[in-house]
This record gives sequence, C-alpha cells and structure tokens, in this order.
Amino acid sequence: MIAGRSIACAAILFVVSIAPASLTAQQPPVNRSTSDSLTDRSIEWPSLEQWTRVLFLKDYNTRMVVFGTTLLGCAAGMVGSFALLRRRALMGDALSHATLPGIAAAFLFATTWGLDGKSLWFLLTGATASGMLGVGSILAIRNLTRLKEDAAMGIVLSVFFGAGVALLSITQQLSGGNAAGLEGFIFGKTASMGFHDAMLIGTAAVISIGVCLLLFKELTLVCFDEGFAGSRGMPVGFLDFCLMALIIVVTIVGLQAVGLILMIALLVIPPSAARFWTESTWKLFVLSGIVGAVCGYIGAAASALFYKLPSGAMIVLVCATFFMISLVFGTRRGVLLRTVRRWMVNRNVDRQHLLRAVFEMVEKKGAGHQDNYDWHESRGVLDENDLVGRPVAVSELLNRRSWSRWRLLRAIHGADRAGLVDYDLDSVRLHRRGLIEAIRLTRQHRLWELYLIQYAEVATSKVDRDADAIEHILEPEIVAELELLLEKRSVEMPASPHRIVVSETVAAAGHPNGGTDAGSH
Amino acid sequence: MLAAINWMWNFDGWIVLAGALCAVASSLLGCFLVLRRMSLLGDAISHAVLPGLAAAFLITESRSSLPMFIGAVVVGILTALLTEWIRGTGHVDEGASMGVVFTSLFALGLIMIVQAADHVDLDPGCVLYGSIETTPLDTIPVLGWFIPRAVVTLGVVCLINAAFVLFFFKELRISSFDPALATTSGFNARLIHYLLMILVAVTAVASFESVGNILVVAMFIVPPAAAYLLTDRLAVMIGLSVVLAVCAAVFGHLGAIVVPGWFGFRSTTTAGMMAVAAGLIFLLAMTFAPRHGVMMKVIRRRVLAWTILADDILAFLYRREEQGTGLRVTADELKPALFASGISLQAILWRLSQLRLVSRERALLGLTDKGRERARELVRSHRLWEQYLVSHAGLEADRIHDKAERLEHFTDIGLREQLQEATDSTNVDPHGAPIPPEHP
Repeated sequence: MIAGRSIACAAILFVVSIAPASLTAQQPPVNRSTSDSLTDRSIEWPSLEQWTRVLFLKDYNTRMVVFGTTLLGCAAGMVGSFALLRRRALMGDALSHATLPGIAAAFLFATTWGLDGKSLWFLLTGATASGMLGVGSILAIRNLTRLKEDAAMGIVLSVFFGAGVALLSITQQLSGGNAAGLEGFIFGKTASMGFHDAMLIGTAAVISIGVCLLLFKELTLVCFDEGFAGSRGMPVGFLDFCLMALIIVVTIVGLQAVGLILMIALLVIPPSAARFWTESTWKLFVLSGIVGAVCGYIGAAASALFYKLPSGAMIVLVCATFFMISLVFGTRRGVLLRTVRRWMVNRNVDRQHLLRAVFEMVEKKGAGHQDNYDWHESRGVLDENDLVGRPVAVSELLNRRSWSRWRLLRAIHGADRAGLVDYDLDSVRLHRRGLIEAIRLTRQHRLWELYLIQYAEVATSKVDRDADAIEHILEPEIVAELELLLEKRSVEMPASPHRIVVSETVAAAGHPNGGTDAGSH
Repeated sequence: MLAAINWMWNFDGWIVLAGALCAVASSLLGCFLVLRRMSLLGDAISHAVLPGLAAAFLITESRSSLPMFIGAVVVGILTALLTEWIRGTGHVDEGASMGVVFTSLFALGLIMIVQAADHVDLDPGCVLYGSIETTPLDTIPVLGWFIPRAVVTLGVVCLINAAFVLFFFKELRISSFDPALATTSGFNARLIHYLLMILVAVTAVASFESVGNILVVAMFIVPPAAAYLLTDRLAVMIGLSVVLAVCAAVFGHLGAIVVPGWFGFRSTTTAGMMAVAAGLIFLLAMTFAPRHGVMMKVIRRRVLAWTILADDILAFLYRREEQGTGLRVTADELKPALFASGISLQAILWRLSQLRLVSRERALLGLTDKGRERARELVRSHRLWEQYLVSHAGLEADRIHDKAERLEHFTDIGLREQLQEATDSTNVDPHGAPIPPEHP
C-alpha cells in the first residue's frame, strides 16, 4: 500500500517535473543558428500587446476559437457530470471511436453516388448514425449479457474503430473522391475553427444544456437509482438513451472541431474535478460547466499566445491542472481535507482511549472488585479526590493497549495541554475535568458492552473490542436509550462486565488481593 | 482455395502469425482485465504512452527502437499506477480516473512532440504505431532463419505472459475475484495487481510498436469477453479466449483479403479486419452461448412460460371440477382467466392432449385421470403454501395468493411433505378451501 503510494507520488513528481522542463525551457535565443537544431524547444514570451489582443478577443480567428472552445467546454462539462454519475465517464471515448466507420461509410456512399463526399452534413450524419449504433450496442451488451459497462464500451470502441480503419483503407482506393484528411475529421484541428464551426458548436451546446436543464430531475434520478426511477413510472430506457444522445451530440460536434482526445478530456475531467468540491448534483452540474468553460477559455487563449502550443493539448493540460488542484484542495473530497480530518479523528480517539485507560486503572486500584457502585453514594469506597490524585505510570498505560510509546506520549501531551491530565515524572494523574470526561466515556463503553451481552448475545470476552470502536461516536440520545434499556440510572457507573487488564506488579501494589486477574482478554 | 486469393505463406503466413501472437499475448492478460472491470486499460495505455516516446526521442535524439520501447513501457506502467492512485486516494470512479490520466498524458506528449516536430519528422501516426502488413519485410536472423522482428518480439512477450499466467494462476484467480481473501491468505494482491499492470503495459507497447494499436486494444477485450460468456470456469475461459483470439487473427486476415473483393476493391487493413472478426465472434458468442447467450435465455424463458401456462390450465380445470362436477370448460373461457394469447394457449392445449393430460371433446375441455393427478399435486402445493405463508411467515390471508401461485410450480413431493408437517397437517387452506390429499 505504502510502497504503491510512494511509487505513484514519485510518478506524479516525474510527470510534473517533465512538464515545466519542456514547456518553460525558454532561454532567449542567444545564437540564432542553434535554433535549427533538434533541441530548440524555446517558447517566445508574448508581448503586452499580444496579451491584450488575445485576452480581449480582438482577433476574429482567436475570438471564434475561444468562443467555440468555451461553449464546448461548458456543454461537455455539464453533460459529462451526468455521465460521471452514471459511471460511464469513458462513454465519450467509446463513442468518439465508434463514429469512424460512419464517417468512412458516409464518404463511401456519397462518392459512389457521385456527391461531394466531404460535405460536412454527410459526415455528421454518418458519424451520428454509427455513434447511435455504438450506443445501442453498448446498452444491448450491458442489458442482455452479464458483461459490465466497461467491457461493453471496450468492445464497441475497438470493434467499431477497427471497422472504421478497414473502411477508411477502402475509401482510399476510390477513384472519384479524395479521401485524404478524413481521419482529420475525428482528430480535429482547433486552430482552424471558423465561424460555421463555432456556430455549430454554439447551437449544439445551447440545445444540450437546455435538454439537461429540462430533464434535470429525471436524469439525476436515473443516475442515482435506476430501479426507483422505473418504479416512479419514468421511462428509464428512454432517459438513458436521451443522456447517451446528448453525449453523442456534444462529442460529434466537438470531435471535428477539437479532436478525439480533447473531447474525451472535456467530458471526463471537469466533472471529476468538480466532484471534489460538492456533494450536490445541481452544484456539480453548474460547477463542472464552469470548470469546462474556464479550461476551454484559458487553454485556447494560451495556445493563441504561444503559437507553438497546440490548443487541444493546452486545454487538456489546463483541465488536468484543475483536476490536480481539486484532488488536493477540494472542500468535500479533497485529499488534504480528508487527511486533516482523519488526523483529527485519530487524535481525538487516542485522547479518549487515554482517559478511559487512566480511569480504569485508578478505579481498579481504588475499588477492587465491587460489582456495582454508585458514583455519588459510594464516596467512602471511591473517593473522588483519591481518583483525581492517583498517579498511573506511563509503562502501565503502555501495556494497556497496543499503542506505541510515541503515540501514547503524543496523546498524553495533548491531554496535558488541554488541562485534562497532569503529566510529570513519567506518570499521569487525572484532573477533575479529565475525570468527568473519563467517567462519561467509561460509562458509554460499559453500557454498550452490557447492551451487546444482553441484547446481541455477544460473548463477554468479545465485547470490549466492539465497544472500543463505538464509544467515540455514541450520541447522548443513544446513551439515554441504553440507560433505559439496561435500567441503569444516569449517575450509576456499571462495573466492567469483563476483567480489566492491569499489569501484575501494578495491581499487586495497588490492591494486594486483586493481583491475579491480569491478562483476560 | 488459398491459391485463388493469392495467398503466400512466407508473406501472409507471417502476418497471420504476428497477429495471432499479439492476439494470444493480449487475450491471456485481457481475461483478468475483463474480470477486474479494467477493460479499457489497453486503450488508455495506447494513448498515454506518447510522452514516453517523446521523452525517449528528446533525450536520445534518435528514433532507435529500444529507448522508445523503454520510454513507452515506463509511461504505460505510470498510467496504470496513476489511475490506481487517483482511484484510491481521490475516490474517483475507475473509468473517470483512467480518462483523466490518459488524456492528460497524451496532451503532454503531444506538446512535447510539437516542440520537436518543427525540425524533424516525428509524426505520431507513423513513428509510434507500426503496421501489421509490413511485418514480413523487417526481418532479423534467428538461428540462421530470417524471422520478422515483430514475430520474435511478440513471441517473447507471449511466452512471458503465458508463464506469468501459469505460475501465478492461483494468485491471479483469488485476487481477481476476492482481493480481501487473497490478502488474508498471505500473499499480496496489490503486488499481483501491479505485476499484471506492468505486463499489460509491456504487451501493449510491444504490440503497437510492431503491429499497430487497433489490434491490441481489441484483443485485450473482445476474445476474453466472448469467452466469459461461454464458460463459468476461469481456466476454460483463458483457454477459450486464446483459441478465439487465434481464430480472429486468421479470419481477420482472410477477411481483409477476400471481403473487399466482393465489392470490387483491393484488400483492406488487416488489423482493422482482425478487430472486426473478433467482434463478429463476440456477436456469435453473445447470441448462441449455451448458458449466458441471448438466444438461450429467450428460449429458456419461453419454455418456462409455457410450462407454467400448462400447469395453470390443469389447476384451473381442477378447481372447476371442485366447484361442480361435470362443468365443462371451453378454451375461450381460459383465455381471460390465464392472461394467455390465443396461439400459445392452443399450442399448449394441443400438447396437453398429446400427453393425455387433458381430454378434448369438440370445444369442451376436461381432465383425464392422469391430468387430474398432476393438477391435484399443483393445487395441493398451492394451498399448502398459502397455509404455510399465513401460519409461519405471518402474511395476511389476502396477500398470499400471488406468492403461492409462483411457488406451486417449483414444489415437489418432498417439499410438500415438509410443508404438510410444518402446517400440522391441516386439511383446509386460509381461504377455507380443502387441501387435496397427496393420494386420494
């Protein structure tokens, strides 16, 4: 586990270290003649004028490209968030590969009938038809066989793409048409995006966003609970197909404008990044639309500024950066947040374990083997002041649980700072506040143990561990309910149903007759 | 026949052999990818290796194949590790984390290549991906024979994969189906997982460097998926997927030569047609598989529906006899009562009278003695179940009919005896109808 994680970390560092090395190696060209060598990978820093031209969209070409990619990113992010929730993130991948045979076939038919095979409408129709066929096949494989979604997508992706390549090779033998550049249809060229492409993308984006908004509730329900949606009378199959159709529309429009890989990235990355920030579908939907749009804008603008950087790849890298930032800093599922939260929980649990351990040991020394004693009434037996003052050696506590010395000392120091215990001379004493807290915890622990013994019929020797896990999260209401069930008054401290381990020497010293009950669990 | 399509053994033979070796190597590992729901890993790796190739090129400044191979394998393994890491630490869906990783790596590679491409010809299409048609031309001498380089490479990869699957079969099986069990039984499921990922990366890179990426992506998924539908045993599945992969390679190449000829074209891409052949094999498996095939499922369901309809007819006639002897029933009466279509009802009635369970006098139906016996068993099962559901399962009397209606078809004499014992041998069901005796 740890080895794997550190390898992965090293891998990320490696990638991150390559990226700037290749992107920012931009020493000014000292000697112009060396720039013709293979190693020249310099990027010229744009002037202020270029910055303003691009950022304020003054060039017609830049405006079209930035407009198109921004809208596409927005639509793809929104549609992709449903695909992600439906666990079909790679649907775009499968679909974009599945369009190839349609494109080749459309060209083939059009050319055979003497039409212009490269007309956009023919190719779009062909791509849509074979995309639909691909979706149909994926749904059929998933619903009719025991194969899962990933296998269904993989089968459709590879077989359709294979068929497409085979058909493309045939189109190259046609005498009438010029098939060159057909592959470019699915690999795309962002920089050459024109007015018509931008309008096409705009229309498709507006339509798909509109459909998403109209069917928002239904699609959400289908994503989370297909069976429930069906039982509410919703046409699940139809809604599923609507979602797929939206993906097809966005993918196909995007494909010929920005290319295959970018299209997949725009469908997958913005929703995955947004997922770290929110747990609500609506926010996820809006947020991934915004992330997609911003990535599209930044990527396209960067590509316009640094003319050597291809825009598609730049957009993907901006998306990836957003993803990494979200992965680490996300406020809902981010790694940093979860690590901090886990650390705090662990610290809290350790402190509670410490308090209970100290209490149980002083209690043992003071009370011996009284079965049941009332905390307030039995002051003679268990003097509160006696409990508060009694020292417990760290070595005793160390034997009490399986915790390392370092971890125990950390918990002790923490509790010391919080004013719950007093730590000096290698021994721990409870403060009054610590005692109250310790009593509360020990009561919860023992109530749960008694409950398990009486109502869940768990063996007495097994209850300690179960109670150990749950004592930290018992709410006051549950404690009250336990008291009611077990008929313990709210002040009464039940005796531990099992023996409490106290190391031999200590128990013998504190209570001469009770020294033999060590090591019971 | 081979002569008719201009088949040359020392050319086409090598192509088929290279394709088959690639197919076998991929499908051996593909079985475990399909079982682990990571089918798209082959596709992801084939896109993601770009930065590895570019880095190898930029560092060595040559296009020799060994550094490129190493670079690609390193990035391929990186893809698998990163996917796993993002899935584990970020709780991201497997597919999504794969998508994030491979698109990002591909974009990175693209930028690295574009940086260099102003000066040299480093077209991703032709440098990175080999083509299976040209494999026989690139030969190296092995023990005095001139063997295509691709065949040698893929043969070695194939042997490595076969050895891996053979030696670690038990570990692979347990860790694919139940990683937790694998860990508790004392070996590291994660280690096996990473070994598998490394081999997948090596296989993918070796394959698309020599025969192109379409073939390997298809062969990772399609033959294992087809084999998965044909059997329920892992060893058989691996064997079948190897056989299917070889079939796909052979028929794919034949198809590439023959099929375009039917439409007046010359031959087409072999790798593409091998993928298509694999797809057709999958389609056949999906339709006709003995247990999990679509056709068998439809037939099984149909037969079951007919069996149930036959039972229902008998039970209906028996209840009519109970209400008043001599009351004859026509087929038209059955239709609305049993929600049956006319055709299947007539077919079943014909079959029942063939079996001498139902007597037909013109349009009137009646039970024969044999039919009455069978019907009594059914009605007895039904009412015993009703009684049992009320007395033991605590259901309301008005809710038990549907459940009993379903259970009666699958209740044999042993179960009936148990039910009778459990219900204290009552003779009457909750609705007040008598429970007929087992033997009158």
